[in-house]
Amino acid sequence: MSTTFDISTDPAKNMDAARALGRRRRFVDRLVQTLCVLATLIGLLFLASILFTLFLRGFAALDWTVLTKEFEPTTYGDDTAPRGGLAHAIIGTFIQTTIATSIGTPIGLLVGTYLAEYARGSRLGDAVRFVSDVLLSAPSILIGLFIYQLVVLPMGGFSGLAGTLALAVIVIPVVVRTTEDMLTLIPNTLREAVVALGAPKWKMVILVCWRAALSGIVTGVLLAFARIAGETAPLLLTSFGNNIISTDLSTAMGSLPIAIYQQANSGFPDLINIAWAGALLVTLGVLAVNIVARLLLRTRK
Amino acid sequence: MNRRSLFALAAGTAAVPMLARPAFAQQATITGAGATFPRPVYERWGQAAREPLSIQLNYQSIGSGGGINQITNRTVDFGATDAPRNEAQLREANLIQFPTVMGSVVLIVNLPGVADNTLKLTPEVITDIFLGRITRWNDPRLVELNRDLRMPNLPVSPAYRADASGTTFVFTTYLSRVSETWKNGPGAATSVQWPVGNGARGNEGVSNAVRNTAGAIGYTENAYATVNRLITTQIRNKAGNFVLPVMETFQAAAGTADWTRPGFAADLVDLGGPNAWPIVAPTFILLPTNPVADRVAGSRNTMRFFDWAFRNGADAARRLEYIPIPEAVQASVRSTWSQVRDPSGNAIWTGSAA
Amino acid sequence: MQQSVSNSPRSRSSSGAGADKFFEWLCVGAGLFVLGLLGAIIITLFIGGLPAFLEFGPQFLWSTAWQPVEGRENYGAAVPIIGTIVTSVLAILIAVPVAFGIAFYLTELAPEWLRQPVGTAIELLAAVPSIIFGMWGLFVLVPIVQNYIQLPFGATLSALPLIGGVFDSNNFAGTSVFAASMVLAIMILPFIAATMRDVFMQVPPVYKESAYGLGATRWEVVSGVVIPYTRISVVGGIMLGLGRALGETMAVTFVIGNANRMFTSIFDPSTTIASVVAMEFPESLMGSLKQSSLLALGFLLFVISFIVLAISRWLLRSRLK
Repeated sequence: MSTTFDISTDPAKNMDAARALGRRRRFVDRLVQTLCVLATLIGLLFLASILFTLFLRGFAALDWTVLTKEFEPTTYGDDTAPRGGLAHAIIGTFIQTTIATSIGTPIGLLVGTYLAEYARGSRLGDAVRFVSDVLLSAPSILIGLFIYQLVVLPMGGFSGLAGTLALAVIVIPVVVRTTEDMLTLIPNTLREAVVALGAPKWKMVILVCWRAALSGIVTGVLLAFARIAGETAPLLLTSFGNNIISTDLSTAMGSLPIAIYQQANSGFPDLINIAWAGALLVTLGVLAVNIVARLLLRTRK
Repeated sequence: MNRRSLFALAAGTAAVPMLARPAFAQQATITGAGATFPRPVYERWGQAAREPLSIQLNYQSIGSGGGINQITNRTVDFGATDAPRNEAQLREANLIQFPTVMGSVVLIVNLPGVADNTLKLTPEVITDIFLGRITRWNDPRLVELNRDLRMPNLPVSPAYRADASGTTFVFTTYLSRVSETWKNGPGAATSVQWPVGNGARGNEGVSNAVRNTAGAIGYTENAYATVNRLITTQIRNKAGNFVLPVMETFQAAAGTADWTRPGFAADLVDLGGPNAWPIVAPTFILLPTNPVADRVAGSRNTMRFFDWAFRNGADAARRLEYIPIPEAVQASVRSTWSQVRDPSGNAIWTGSAA
Repeated sequence: MQQSVSNSPRSRSSSGAGADKFFEWLCVGAGLFVLGLLGAIIITLFIGGLPAFLEFGPQFLWSTAWQPVEGRENYGAAVPIIGTIVTSVLAILIAVPVAFGIAFYLTELAPEWLRQPVGTAIELLAAVPSIIFGMWGLFVLVPIVQNYIQLPFGATLSALPLIGGVFDSNNFAGTSVFAASMVLAIMILPFIAATMRDVFMQVPPVYKESAYGLGATRWEVVSGVVIPYTRISVVGGIMLGLGRALGETMAVTFVIGNANRMFTSIFDPSTTIASVVAMEFPESLMGSLKQSSLLALGFLLFVISFIVLAISRWLLRSRLK
């Protein structure tokens, strides 16, 4: 009866039981703490491994040629053939992401404003918010399929335009989310003060609220930009890829993720090295934009 | 760092790529898509033709199935496929088909202790490996064939192309030719249902899969095996001889091709020549016979490009271990180009001077 | 928390009122546009997939066939669907304990000066593009799985009673369901960790302090106070991670082995909806049964993701208010 731990027994009166209980609790606590530190180290280890692999293989291949020359076929079989680079892909990515962000940001901004200023608590607002979140996490390849059916087939060809539209669809929900979050943080007293001065609502929103939330909104735009710069799947079915430097939106256009994908699968070691260099470029670019965005957010606070 | 300087910095960085853009002359561009099989040679030709023809080639190697798809949808100027289309299919899609080079499919293996071109395989054994009936490398049948080698006790890991591929088409055509079971089972196509093994993307994917797994076996176009220094095997051909995957045996097969079939669909698989490599195939270009007004220039330039390649590209092809098409066939090909007409019914190809 | 500031009925100038109406309609229009966008995506995918649904009927959902040869075409969605669900669930099982550990560390254990940099580093993991994960997975993770897990331990694992069958496989190439689950786990780890950390930090300090005051250890505070308080939001965050994992394309395509066959072991290759679409859509002829089957698969993926995301949002609603 008293071989097992008796709940009615006051542990304080039984020093051995108390000490054992304390030891066990401390042990469990230590164990969990160690596991948590381990978990964090594992997470950091993966990041380190990815960056390390990228740096190792990417830097080895990264040089001025890769940055400035457009695609050339493999030099296998002909050592006098010129080496190629990723200039076509860099320019293509830059054009498509910039235009996609320019298209998606105003729409996202307006929707976020709608959710924060006009639709708090309304059914329609809830529905729009929900739909925006679904689009945020929707598989990007399905967006590629959608634009293929809607734009590529009627146009009769792949185009930078289709790729841009697919990326814009991905930008919109990111900007909506950050805009709404930032605008709801602005205290109502600010709004009331502006309206009390006689300003119409639209001026209040644009000149005061947007300005107050600007760095947060810009953060959202930068994050969206970084995200679409790395997207491959939707571009696979829309802008298709182009090995020649092209700024023409009505024809196929290259992009860094597509170039990486194709050259990594090309079967030729010199092209695969270029793919790693491209991977390094994309990752560095994306990480840099992310860090800048976070710094912006922090300085605001 | 205040906001204004941050924006200025960003704007400055954005302007750099614009400044670095090289000046390129006004050049016509042709877009093609399809087979990865001939990609190295098409790209080399494209690079060489830029100067003399002022044509830039944008070739996307998305696989033969993709090439057929894109040209049927008229989203590119020409399609490239290793799997020839038959007469009915060509007529229905308003396409002509012509060959450009021939290439060979080889088997690659990763077996410790087994050197290049030493492993001997027969059609029956190859089929059984890909059917999953032979699961270990020291299976009695393999040991029997390779008495001079030490066959390791490793599991057999077949690797195949997961994307639609003309290389798969050629290889499965071979398997269907040598095995009734395969013909009635997975069959021959650019994409089949493989009973066993891992799928990888592109020739690179298969090369990678084989390189990284001891006991792996895969199939790939010859150029990729050579450039990646993969171990290839001998195969017993229809005449009963074990042949090596080298230029002589490829050319022996290519020499006996019958080019009179519709669409130039010469069948070079499992030929009877004593020294012939059993898996050789031509690769084809698909061109619309009725391009829309916007695509007429692209059509003309495609024909100019391949005309130039026929006359000047044989060396480049051979260096990449492809076999050029015989001159007589090239002349035949040019005569079929007269079927390509613009919307007002005039032939677009008017001869090499165009 | 805050009400929308309503429009003043006594606007000064008519242009002010007109401009207000115009701006409001602009915003509402944008909102409706987003709704329309989602509707258009769903409808496009459904219409595209309709021929396949009509051809194969409801058995499309559980058929394991995938025969692309012309003349005997037969497609079934079971293999991709099960592949998608199994890899995502396995990814969650692997990622959640690690994410929890990270969240616990960041909220309770880490010294102040370390919290910001470590938190940022974990968030940067979320920013890495998925094709990079695919390449890293193929070149780094797959050989590790192959050489350090499968070859040494494969035999012992398959000999385990009851669950041994799960590990028994003839596939030694390393690209497998297990490799795909690992890569997915690493990809969704930062999302789940960030969500958990955010909700842990929302627990009113007074609850934790009273527990500490009673002499509880850190672990007891977290297990006894923080988790019960936040468990609904935590599950919501997990569902969010699950939703991401379901739709991941590039990372999975590189490492899953792309075999349209039902797998019997986690070391077997398989495929997911997203990767089969990425692989086979470019090759499919417009209007063909194959393309229709792929669009049907896309529609099914959308439905599955939609349901998971809806559940996640419903669970997280208290956090969002």
